[in-house]
Amino acid sequence: MYEKILEKPRSFYDNYPRKDGDITVTHYCPGCGHGIAHKMIAEALSDLNLAERTILISPVGCSVFAYYYFDVGNIQAAHGRAPAVATGVKRANPDSIVISYQGDGDLAAIGGDEIMQAANRGEQITVFFINNAIYGMTGGQMAPTTLVEQKTTTSPYGRNPHNEGFPIRVCELLSSLEAPVYIERVSLHNSAARAKARKAIRKALQVQADRKGFSLVEILSGCPTGWKVKQPSDSLDWIEKYMLPYFPVGVFKDNTEKAEPFRYIENVPPKSELPKLIDIPMEDKVVQASMADLPGPYRNPRIKIAGFGGQGVLSLGVAIAQLGLMQGYDVSWLPSYGPEMRGGTAHCHVMVSEHIIGSPLVTASTVCVAMNKPSLEKFEKELVPGGLLITNTSMIDIEPTRKDVEWLPIPATEMASELGNIRFGNMVVLGAYLQKTGLVPLKVAFDGLHIFLKAKRFIPDNEKAIQVGADYVSKKLAGK
Amino acid sequence: MAKQLIKGNEAVIKGAALAGCVAYFGYPITPASEIAEAAAKYFPLIGRTFIQAESEIAAMNMVYGAASAGVRCMTASSGPGISLKQEAVSYCAGAQLPCVIVDIMRGGPGLGNIGPEQADYNQVVKGGGHGNYKVIVLAPNSAQEMCDLTMKAFDLADKYRSPVYVLTDGVIGQMMEQVEFPTREIIDPPRYDWGVHGDQVTRHNLITSIFLSHSELEEHNLKLQEKYRTIEANELMTDEYQTEDAEILLMGYGIVSRVLRSTVDYAREAGIRAGLLRPVTVWPFPVKRIQEFCAQVKKILVVEMSNGQMVQDVRLAVEGRVPVEFYGRMGGVVPSAEEILDVLKKL
Repeated sequence: MYEKILEKPRSFYDNYPRKDGDITVTHYCPGCGHGIAHKMIAEALSDLNLAERTILISPVGCSVFAYYYFDVGNIQAAHGRAPAVATGVKRANPDSIVISYQGDGDLAAIGGDEIMQAANRGEQITVFFINNAIYGMTGGQMAPTTLVEQKTTTSPYGRNPHNEGFPIRVCELLSSLEAPVYIERVSLHNSAARAKARKAIRKALQVQADRKGFSLVEILSGCPTGWKVKQPSDSLDWIEKYMLPYFPVGVFKDNTEKAEPFRYIENVPPKSELPKLIDIPMEDKVVQASMADLPGPYRNPRIKIAGFGGQGVLSLGVAIAQLGLMQGYDVSWLPSYGPEMRGGTAHCHVMVSEHIIGSPLVTASTVCVAMNKPSLEKFEKELVPGGLLITNTSMIDIEPTRKDVEWLPIPATEMASELGNIRFGNMVVLGAYLQKTGLVPLKVAFDGLHIFLKAKRFIPDNEKAIQVGADYVSKKLAGK
Repeated sequence: MAKQLIKGNEAVIKGAALAGCVAYFGYPITPASEIAEAAAKYFPLIGRTFIQAESEIAAMNMVYGAASAGVRCMTASSGPGISLKQEAVSYCAGAQLPCVIVDIMRGGPGLGNIGPEQADYNQVVKGGGHGNYKVIVLAPNSAQEMCDLTMKAFDLADKYRSPVYVLTDGVIGQMMEQVEFPTREIIDPPRYDWGVHGDQVTRHNLITSIFLSHSELEEHNLKLQEKYRTIEANELMTDEYQTEDAEILLMGYGIVSRVLRSTVDYAREAGIRAGLLRPVTVWPFPVKRIQEFCAQVKKILVVEMSNGQMVQDVRLAVEGRVPVEFYGRMGGVVPSAEEILDVLKKL
């Protein structure tokens, strides 16, 4: 005969053991808006049948203990960071309903960036923003939403806009962003306003349930204790008299009709495809070569390569390291990184060794490649006696000062230019170096191009450049 | 398995992918940016999340959020960024959330420069944020270990529900070396039931670091300390080179340990019986092993690219039994093996 039409929301716990004594009441002060807002959210979660899927982020503030009340998955977050935490947990649980429940200090002061950026990303989360124009938990200090001339413990003479600026209107700010789907400000000061608040809360959660994006409801809420009003019910008048004129209620953004549902992750490929998708080679062409037949000075080279940015100095180093790896040697490549990479001079340290490489830093080099004049001046002194010095004579009009080293001058830039692009100069040098030292057969270098050259369409040109460099050395060695 | 020539920073992400890391949250900073770039490149292709956060603070709090879901997640940065992350690292430690944080150290203090340094030791190994917590810190010294120890970091993080750092310097992050990725060990991303998943099973779970009652918070802290003792007892990793007959013990981690390996070779050529003890975990720290060496070696030389941070832990372990000398370079300068040999000869 009877039907239960009203019950405590299933998303509320039966008891709240937050404090000793009566565990059926909340820890909030009489007249505080949090309790009302909690109830509206709990009812909405139950009515929309979302409670089971919900994860609530409790902020720092009076509602830090929201998890004592909501029978949902709960996370407590650092001050102001709830939207970032919400982002993390939502992305990890795309099917969950994530609520970031925040106060004004939390959201609009210390967490100002997190809320703006989460809104701007259009995170599929719902934010309930309790604006009571004061820091409640810490004892009534000034909030970013504290009104002009409002007295707090840290604005004892009233908020002075010249010292503290004006109260921040969060809905107005966030609604200027492209991504948010639904932003509304509501109030709890009378039953008509509360009816609208209840509706807004439901709508905001529905936006998320529909996977449409970011929703936020700002709730103007009383803080009788912080405001020091005579009795709790005076706070309702306070909202109406002081807050509403500055914080007008209403819808600031509503794209719920137009917004298309979206999913963060469309599909997850099978595990077996993972190596291929993240560029892990499943087979290689590594052979175990030996440097035994190489002249002593050419074995286990410690190479310093230097030049202008754009001369392919770093990629020449990578090429030598890659070829060394293909011959079964231990290799290392270390760049001069940072601003130098973005124009200016660049250099790298390369080691190819039959033994395990300890320090990858080339200090006493056995090979020095100078692609321009400053590089020669800077690095020739590091060469060990009897080391190999390769200079790009197209860009260097002086002779090396070192006479105790083997000097291989080569007009690499001009030779590359004849091939059609001065950028192939580094491969001309590679060909010359390999031909001179026999460190790696040219054939391996041609194979290696397929690995270390990013722009595959230039493979034939680079092959030519390597060959031209090698031929130059052969002719020179033959005395031609 | 095949060998690939790859930067340490990039090896981190491939290792993380193989280890079942499902989310990366980060912010660009030299010399760590390649880690974020690799995650941005690969994670969307394999159904995982990459977000470039608005700040280091937000990135670490996103990690806190994803870790709360009981999944594997990570971030990476360098000195100034790590300073900003410390708040959320403390929250992760307090709420017992597993996560992996990679720190590619650069020069400081302040903006410093982007050269390699090892001056984050104190802020990483000693906790860094507020509260009585410790974090496991792994210190790779090669591109291969950037992969291997990142994978290990996820296991340790889950095992102890604790943040785990991978701590190294700009050289190891930027350097290219050969790496063999353990493709036979691809892990299905786990999802632990202590997390909040937004379902009925985990509905009553609560992730928090608040314990309002003083005695409850003390109890929580005691539990954490117990966990740290277990980690100390079980997870220490070291690497030694030529220590069997060493008279002088060299100690260093990251790139310095590579340089020291060369120094040991040069020293031995010069008739000095030097050996290298490298902490692979800088926390837990090899206290006992160092104490064993006190009965064997005449001196210990600690080399760091800092003003002397790890050396303090060495001295605490040695307790005056043998002289502990320190040699440090700062500002992005990497000491050479020859330079350290000179120091060694003068000891």
